Amino acid sequence: MPQPEISQSNPPLVKKRISDPRSIQILLIGLTYLFFIGFIFLPLGLVFSQAFGKGWKFYLEAIREPYAIEAVKLTLLTVAIVVPINAVFGVTAAWAITKFNFRGKSTLKSLLDLPFAVSPVIAGLIFVLLVGSRTPFGSWLGEHGIKIIFSTPGIIIATIFVTFPFIARELIPLMEAQGRDEEEAALTLGAKGWQIFSKITLPNIRWGLLYGMILCGARSIGEFGAVSVVSGHIRGQTNTIPLHVEILYSEYNFTASFAVASLLVFLALLTVVIKSGMEKHFQKNSFHH
Amino acid sequence: MGIELQNINKQFGEYKAIDNLSLNIPSGDLIALLGPSGCGKTTLLRIIAGLELADSGKIILENKDTTNLPPREKNVGFVFQHYALFRRLTVFENVAFGLKVLPFRERPARKEIRERVEHLLKLVQMDWALSRFPSQLSGGQRQRVALARALAVNPRVLLLDEPFSALDAKVRQELRRWLRKLHDEIHVTSIFVTHDQEEALELADKIVVINKGRIEQQGTPQEVYDHPANAFVYNFLGNVNVFHGRIHNGKVSLGAHSVDAPDELKNVEEKTSQTFVRPHEIGISRIRSNQNDLEGTIREVRLQGGQIGLNIECQGLDNPIEAEVPRELFVNLQLAKGVQVFVTINRVRVFTGDYEI
Repeated sequence: MPQPEISQSNPPLVKKRISDPRSIQILLIGLTYLFFIGFIFLPLGLVFSQAFGKGWKFYLEAIREPYAIEAVKLTLLTVAIVVPINAVFGVTAAWAITKFNFRGKSTLKSLLDLPFAVSPVIAGLIFVLLVGSRTPFGSWLGEHGIKIIFSTPGIIIATIFVTFPFIARELIPLMEAQGRDEEEAALTLGAKGWQIFSKITLPNIRWGLLYGMILCGARSIGEFGAVSVVSGHIRGQTNTIPLHVEILYSEYNFTASFAVASLLVFLALLTVVIKSGMEKHFQKNSFHH
Repeated sequence: MGIELQNINKQFGEYKAIDNLSLNIPSGDLIALLGPSGCGKTTLLRIIAGLELADSGKIILENKDTTNLPPREKNVGFVFQHYALFRRLTVFENVAFGLKVLPFRERPARKEIRERVEHLLKLVQMDWALSRFPSQLSGGQRQRVALARALAVNPRVLLLDEPFSALDAKVRQELRRWLRKLHDEIHVTSIFVTHDQEEALELADKIVVINKGRIEQQGTPQEVYDHPANAFVYNFLGNVNVFHGRIHNGKVSLGAHSVDAPDELKNVEEKTSQTFVRPHEIGISRIRSNQNDLEGTIREVRLQGGQIGLNIECQGLDNPIEAEVPRELFVNLQLAKGVQVFVTINRVRVFTGDYEI
């Protein structure tokens, strides 16, 4: 039989055709590394070298200073409120957009990207114009003892606005890919709405939901622009971590500023670690889809 | 009656999916809704299940008017084309789902649920897979689990939406026979939707042929196949050669040739006609046996399992004829590409009037 001989003589030729030349590979990989070094590793290293520039003791003092601790508390409080609210909103929006047909659906879907497209500063200004003390609604609220701008509610509302797309955007493609079949099957089997949601829909989207919540949380921690406009920068009251860093920096207190900034870096790194851990889990579970 | 549908209408925008359709199905029957894609058969099934709302009409399942019941109270078993198993639940949990979501007072005890699920999985020959996840099963196995899940709630009727179309040919055939056997055991009134005439002919007690949201014909597989009510049904129920021509003085023209018209059309004086001949009803020989035989040349030979498909170009006909001959005849006559043959057209079905395929 002549056939085996033919198939054995050819492999090198095939390999040549399907992969790029080695030189191009090296060039592209090299450029990628260069970019990472210039824009990620180097700045990260500088943050830490500045933060620890005056030694461990100074570093600990800077992050244990009362205003810094208040800033950390406020940031964590904001995250703790914003993420659950946006989780509920994100699931609701994704559910409505993927499972129902209604008027204005496609408009809604594209408006979901608005917070990404609009500068956060403008987002902050919108809320100042909406509920600031000089507006009718704001003064009405003020008369009833509710203060939004220059206080914690304003920070939370601005952060919600800036971060609300994360979860919905994570869930919509996932839920679109999964379709309505399982929900319909549950329906014909006699399940009620909340049973379908808790037993079928939620388990199917739980990893996507968690993933979106982590992204949302990371962004909430670091949000500067919108929060800066509505907070009023009152030390110990309306300063989040990024705002506190900025104040220290503008006071030429560089070392303290970078020390507090390093907290943000730690939180970001933690997020990345959790995220990549979940991505692995995601892939492992994706064959269940 | 198992299922009574009265004057069902359903419109999607401008498009009429179901057009004043009525249908009665006796209890315990297995019915095929057969039609091309987009004919409304799946929509009809979803309307019966309550997954889609009819614009008007009445649905009565086992003598209970379910028209206005929400889907979860209709108590139908629905089997989806792509199984729709709950991917995060095990096979056991999937089948138990319908029992576990019952209100507390109606819900069977845990032990009863277990027994019922195990019984059903045994029935569909999947009892070995209790703790597997759907992703660990093959398509055919998934569909059997889906069937057990639908049967778990003791449905009034069982609805199957193209249940085998996502499976490969061999498994499809196996599962078909198995479903027929299962239905003979459990006798729940069932409707399955299909676009595969072979499946409908083999499996169903009765076939309902649907086109453009209306019923073209209903009857046993034998009736529908042997006595198609119109050109659409004839054409849809299998491969067919179509000759456009005229009927004139008891003769039907086929290109330059003509054959005797069927008895019921003998008296038609002059009308446009369409003549249908099934490929396996065409006779092939190497010598002329009859003066009406057409002379032709084999242009293409296709192997189709036990049959051989021939594409024959005939003198006096615009389009080539498709014929099917048993393998044995093919060998005996020493047929091959390019060989001259004589074609005898034995049985024709003639439909008059305009009809577009």
